[in-house]
Amino acid sequence: MSSQKRDAAIVGIYEYPDRDVDGELSPLQIKTVCARNALADAGLSWSDVDGIYDASEGLAMSGLFLAEYWGLAPTVIDTTGVGGSSYEFHVAHALSAIREGRCKVALLTYGSTAHSNRMAIGVGGRGMGGINAADNMESFVGQTLVSNYAMVAHRHMHQYGTTSEQLAEISTATRYHAMRNPDAVRAMEDLEFIDIRETTIDDVVNSRMIADPLHLLECCMISDGGGAVVIASSDVVRNTKKSPVWVIGAGEATKYPTNTGDLTVSAGAQSGPVAFGEAGVTAAEIDVAMIYDSFSITVLTILEDLGFCAKGEGGVWVTGGKLRFDQAGGPALNTDGGGLSSNHPGMRGIFLLIEAARQLRGESMAQVVNAQLAVAHGNGGMLGSRHTAGTIILGAD
Amino acid sequence: MAGSRPLPTLDEPDSGEFWRATTTKELKFQRCDSCATTIWYPRPHCTGCLDGTLAWHSSNGFGTLYSYSVVRQSYHPFFRNLVPYAVAYVDVDEGFRILTNVVGIEDPSTELKIGQRLQLVWEEHEGLNIPLFEPAG
Ligand SMILES: [Zn+2]
Repeated sequence: MSSQKRDAAIVGIYEYPDRDVDGELSPLQIKTVCARNALADAGLSWSDVDGIYDASEGLAMSGLFLAEYWGLAPTVIDTTGVGGSSYEFHVAHALSAIREGRCKVALLTYGSTAHSNRMAIGVGGRGMGGINAADNMESFVGQTLVSNYAMVAHRHMHQYGTTSEQLAEISTATRYHAMRNPDAVRAMEDLEFIDIRETTIDDVVNSRMIADPLHLLECCMISDGGGAVVIASSDVVRNTKKSPVWVIGAGEATKYPTNTGDLTVSAGAQSGPVAFGEAGVTAAEIDVAMIYDSFSITVLTILEDLGFCAKGEGGVWVTGGKLRFDQAGGPALNTDGGGLSSNHPGMRGIFLLIEAARQLRGESMAQVVNAQLAVAHGNGGMLGSRHTAGTIILGAD
Repeated sequence: MAGSRPLPTLDEPDSGEFWRATTTKELKFQRCDSCATTIWYPRPHCTGCLDGTLAWHSSNGFGTLYSYSVVRQSYHPFFRNLVPYAVAYVDVDEGFRILTNVVGIEDPSTELKIGQRLQLVWEEHEGLNIPLFEPAG
C-alpha cells in the first residue's frame, strides 16, 4: 500500500434520492442538485471547481453549456461519452489532470429522467442513431438490448456449463443489499416492483423470460436519477470534510465484434489488469466490488475478467451467497442494491463510484466491516457487441 | 403483421455495395489481398494491415451457430408481433460472423443448439433481400 501514489481522492458524493421525479425536474436540474450536494459533502463551493467532466448525455456542447449554467471558469473540460462507463473514464482522466496540475477540483455529474420519459433501456429496442455501417448491417435483426446480453449468457453456458441458477446469485445478492437501503426500497416501490423482498434463486429463475436465457429478475430497472462526484488534489484534500477515498488505479478499454472474438470476454479483461497493476493490488484483496449490473451476465463476465476467478469459473465461484456484504469468500457486490434493485437511469457508472466511496468511508447501508479497497467497474454500450470498460481502484484513507 | 422490419439503406457509404449485391441473392464479403484478413462488416480499409487492397468475394451460405437469444419482449412496432424470434451470431464458413435471425423453426427456445449447422435463406423485399439463416437441411 505504501508504494501507491495518492495524488487525487473522491472528497464529495451525492446520489439523487428519487427514482421517479414525475417529469417535474429536468436532467440538468437533477445534475445541479447533485453537484451542490456533493460540493457541500466535501466542504467546497462552486468557485473551487476548475474541472468539469460530463458524458454529454442529451446536451449539445455540454462542457461549454455547463460552465455557463453553473457560472464556472474551468481550466479542464472533458466530455468523454462512452455510455454507462463514462464516469469511470472521467475519474481516470481527472486523476491525470490533477497529477499534471491542470486542475485541482474535478466535478462529475449525471442526471436522467429515463423513467419519466419512458425510455426503454432495460427491455426495449436499440436506440436510433445516425446510420453507420454497423447500424446498416445489424438493424434489420430486431436485436433488443436484453437479447444482446443474453447472447453472451448463452455462449457462457455453452462454453463453461454455467447455469441460470448460478447467474441468479448475482440478482439475489444485489436484492439482499437493496433491502437494506431505504432509497432502493423506495425506488422499487415507486417503480411498482411487485413483491418487494429478498429473493431466492428460485424466484429469479421462475421469473418471466425476457430474452432467453435472461429472466426478468436478471434485468436492471429503468429509473430516473442522478449523482455527482467531486475529486480533489491531495493538497485540497487536507481541507475537505470527510475522509478522502483515494484513486489508486485506473484502466480504460474498448471491445467490439470480430470474426473470431470470444463473446464471453469483456473489455474488462483489458482495463482490469491496467488498473490493478497501477494500484499494486489483486482482486483477492478487494473488499467491495461495484460492478455495472445491467444484467446478471454482465457481472459474472466482469468478475472473471477482473481476476476474481478464472474465465469460465464464475458460475461455480459465485454460488453460495459469497457476494453478500456479510459473507466471507468474496467481495461484497453492489452493496447499494445495484442497477438491478436500486438505481439505473441508463448510465449507472457514477453510482458505482458513489457507493464504493460510501463503503470506504464507512457510510454504506450494507457496510463491509473495515472496508479498505474497492473496485468500481463500468461497462458502457452493449456487452454482446461493442462496449467500453472503465476500471477504477479506490483505497480508504 | 404490422409494418416491415427495418430495412437497410442502399446508399450508406461503407455497406451500400453489400446490400446492392443482395438483389441477386449474393452474400458478399471482403478479404484483403495483402494479409488475407476477412473484413466484416464492410468498410473501405483493411483492419489487419495499413495498405492492403480489399476484394469482394461471395459466400456459399453455410455456417455454424455461435450464439443466440430468443426475444420474447419488444416494443418495436414490427418485432413485437414477431416474438418469440431468434437473434443469432452465425460463423459463416468463409470466416466472418454475421448478426442475423434464425428462421424456419417452430420453437426457437428448444430447437436451437449452439454449434449447429445453418444455411442461408433470403427474405425477399423490394430492391434488396435480407440474409437470414435456417437449420441446414
Ligand atoms: Zn490487410
